[in-house]
Amino acid sequence: MKDLSLHILDIAQNSITAGARHLDLTLTEEAGQIAFTVTDDGCGMSRALLEQVSDPFTTTRTTRKMGLGIPLLRMAAEQTGGSVEITSTEGAGTTLRAVFNAAHIDCPPPGDMGDTLSLLIQGAPVLEIVYTRAAHGRRFRLDTAELREQLGPQVSLAQPEVALWVRDYIREQEAALHSPEPRTASGDRP
Amino acid sequence: MKSLADLQAIREKMQRQMDLRDADGDQIRVVVGMATCGIAAGARPVLTAFLEEIEKRDLKNITVAQTGCIGVCRLEPIVEVYVPGQEKVTYVKMSPDKVPAVVSEHLVNGRVVTDYTIGAAE
Repeated sequence: MKDLSLHILDIAQNSITAGARHLDLTLTEEAGQIAFTVTDDGCGMSRALLEQVSDPFTTTRTTRKMGLGIPLLRMAAEQTGGSVEITSTEGAGTTLRAVFNAAHIDCPPPGDMGDTLSLLIQGAPVLEIVYTRAAHGRRFRLDTAELREQLGPQVSLAQPEVALWVRDYIREQEAALHSPEPRTASGDRP
Repeated sequence: MKSLADLQAIREKMQRQMDLRDADGDQIRVVVGMATCGIAAGARPVLTAFLEEIEKRDLKNITVAQTGCIGVCRLEPIVEVYVPGQEKVTYVKMSPDKVPAVVSEHLVNGRVVTDYTIGAAE
């Protein structure tokens, strides 16, 4: 995994597998740290599964007896002096928070969230996703409910043209977060 | 800059096309493995390349879907193509530069790109 956006794509797939209907994603860069959270209302995990979920020899899939998504993320975060915390309630949902020390030489870059979000939305077009990106005191928010409102009931978020629009829209908005002169992104909410 | 209002235009365009489109029965399905193994091996740019190519060629009879681990992690990124009435074709070790050939040869012209299949890799 080369960057955080790939980890987020991977972790969010677990929420989809868990049958989530709502997914809340945040990616925040502040004061020397980069953190992301993935919060879902999926099936959650039992205390026993939660305790062993960072073990690479724990998985729910049936094709083989290994699962590397969370162990790889934990390794990446901890080697920068950061952490991964998972809380879960069976039947209610799961929250994962990963914190990276941005100044550490091993800290991965944030990556392309436009690619990650567009493919998450394309792969699970009925999932309600709210994504918040905060950096340098500025904020960008994307809510799939607002996209659906524009598209109407007949056009799916899985359409390639829509997915590519989502990607380019997020790339532009996030570039604006990092641009030198203060500018209000059009997708921004006060 | 793009704005949410762009989606209105996409909506109108697609609703016009929907009247022309045939029934969903003969849709070709392209399925990309997007588990940890797939993502780590580079499945994300492969999936994006399929969306770009399908959008560029304005192909309406193809559905792109994602799945979990297909089970042969060492051959990821893996893409499965389901053409109605035909056997499934599994492409392995995919990369974005292989995608245009699969789209034009297999999805459009119906000729399997044998060099990229699991049969050629094994």
